[in-house]
Amino acid sequence: MTLSFRLKSAPEQRVDLSGLTPEALAGKTVREIEHTVIGTTRIPLKVGDLFEVTGDDAQVIRFLGGSNRFDHVGHGMTGGSLIIEGDVGQQAGRLMSGGHLIIEGNAGRLAGSGMRGGRIDIHGDAGDFAGGPLPGEMAGMRGGLLRIAGNAGERAGDRMRRGVIVVGDHAGAYAGSRMIAGTLIVGGKAGPLPGYLMRRGSIILGQAPEQLSPSFVGSGQADDVFLKVLLRDLAQKGIEPDLWPAARQWGRFVGDMAVLGRGELIWCVKSG
Amino acid sequence: MPEHVMATNGVAIDDTFAEAFGMRATAVIITADSLRWARQAAVTMTGFATSVIGCGCEAGIDRPVSADETPDGRPGVRVLLFAISTDALQKQLEARIGQCVLTSPGSACYAGLDGAEHLKLGANLRFFGDGFQIAKRLGGRRYWRVPVMDGEFVCEATTGLTKAAVGGGNLLFLARDRARALRAAEAAARAISKLPDVILPFPGGIVRSGSKIGSRYRGMVASTNDAYCPTLRAVTNSALDDEVGAVMEIVIDGLSDQAVREAMKAGLHAAAALGPHKGPMRITAGNYGGKLGKFHYHLRELV
Repeated sequence: MTLSFRLKSAPEQRVDLSGLTPEALAGKTVREIEHTVIGTTRIPLKVGDLFEVTGDDAQVIRFLGGSNRFDHVGHGMTGGSLIIEGDVGQQAGRLMSGGHLIIEGNAGRLAGSGMRGGRIDIHGDAGDFAGGPLPGEMAGMRGGLLRIAGNAGERAGDRMRRGVIVVGDHAGAYAGSRMIAGTLIVGGKAGPLPGYLMRRGSIILGQAPEQLSPSFVGSGQADDVFLKVLLRDLAQKGIEPDLWPAARQWGRFVGDMAVLGRGELIWCVKSG
Repeated sequence: MPEHVMATNGVAIDDTFAEAFGMRATAVIITADSLRWARQAAVTMTGFATSVIGCGCEAGIDRPVSADETPDGRPGVRVLLFAISTDALQKQLEARIGQCVLTSPGSACYAGLDGAEHLKLGANLRFFGDGFQIAKRLGGRRYWRVPVMDGEFVCEATTGLTKAAVGGGNLLFLARDRARALRAAEAAARAISKLPDVILPFPGGIVRSGSKIGSRYRGMVASTNDAYCPTLRAVTNSALDDEVGAVMEIVIDGLSDQAVREAMKAGLHAAAALGPHKGPMRITAGNYGGKLGKFHYHLRELV
């Protein structure tokens, strides 16, 4: 039976849910789980104080109710599924390397930060620095798939190194800033200066950016074979960004020439 | 000469077996903007790949792959390659993809076989990109995008290797004349071409110069199969009846024992269905007494 955490009432402090992942809870009894400390202030707070816990199968964990104070949800997950019926706070899915994290509401900043594998689905919006690194870290997302059905905040994919981020609607300013490699797709409009200081990697936009950095240079038409491979792979995962398949011609800019200049910005210039 | 123990549609089937060998094999899917160009790349890649004796590998087109099945949604073909060792297969794969597929307009190349072991596909060809190549990892698969003059050559980094492949399944069609022998072999080749995981590496799937091991000349590893040459009937230990005027052979390579067995069966039945007036008088198979290859396909089990 699915392990469920029913939220009793809105938390009065930020809570650290990094210990409530499929691998951390495997083999634990409900009583043991209820005694797990999740508080982050001097006021003690345990799982049992905030949630009514039922079930025994930790491979599928469901939170019935969410809050933007739920931090570190799915931290370091390696397998299984974790579903939150509501919002989460910051750093959801940080450092996860496997499994499936589903957030049915909105996520705070740094969702998918440093993730290496697995998949995160955010049905609502995500805050700034989705897939990005913490201050001082060399790289952000290093693999896996981060899907944001709604909007992403500023600097989505900051210092991303590998993996795929799909933003269904719009992205804030500096999408894909300082990207090292990887793929960022924005189905809607991207804010000013996408790809700011990106070294390598691909940013694919549904619409022309409102402001492009002058250190990006036109590179003619993009060859769409790889785009087809990418889209087919996403379609097999049930993700169909609103860019295709009507697009017939893709423009390509390369940059950021202020740094290495091996990145690319691609968007539809002519649709069929 | 083996006793003809069976007859199908008036065609005598020898009570003998085809002897085949274990091989290493791989598969790739080649796509292009049109099936015509995908096929062109595949035909070029599988040219001069009839026999490991002289070509380094045996290769052929397995089947067309519909746009729905290919990784990039374009039409494609699946090509199989067979060799006697993993090293030889790797070398041939790289050379043939590099010279024949990379060079073909609009082409892309993907793994055509899953396997625990892998061969390098784009992993070395990427260096053609001279530093401008781009790596992408999607769903556990790694792709290389190599810039070329018509856009990009997209190539998966690796493809699967199988060590369970079988090479050298064969059927010999003995007929009154060359037209009938050819008709029998064509019917067999046509039937086998519809089956998955097998190829017929010789021209049009047919070989008219079957060989035996060794030669009276030093350095020749194979020479004409004199026992089946109608013109040598009087001067050699012939395996041919007096009425036989021509013999054609088909050689089958498959990714598995079962695939070769199915192909042998389909080929035998298709040829025998012609009957002795239109096709073969007799169907037999080549072997080396059972001492060399571990896969034996007894015709009596296929009838």
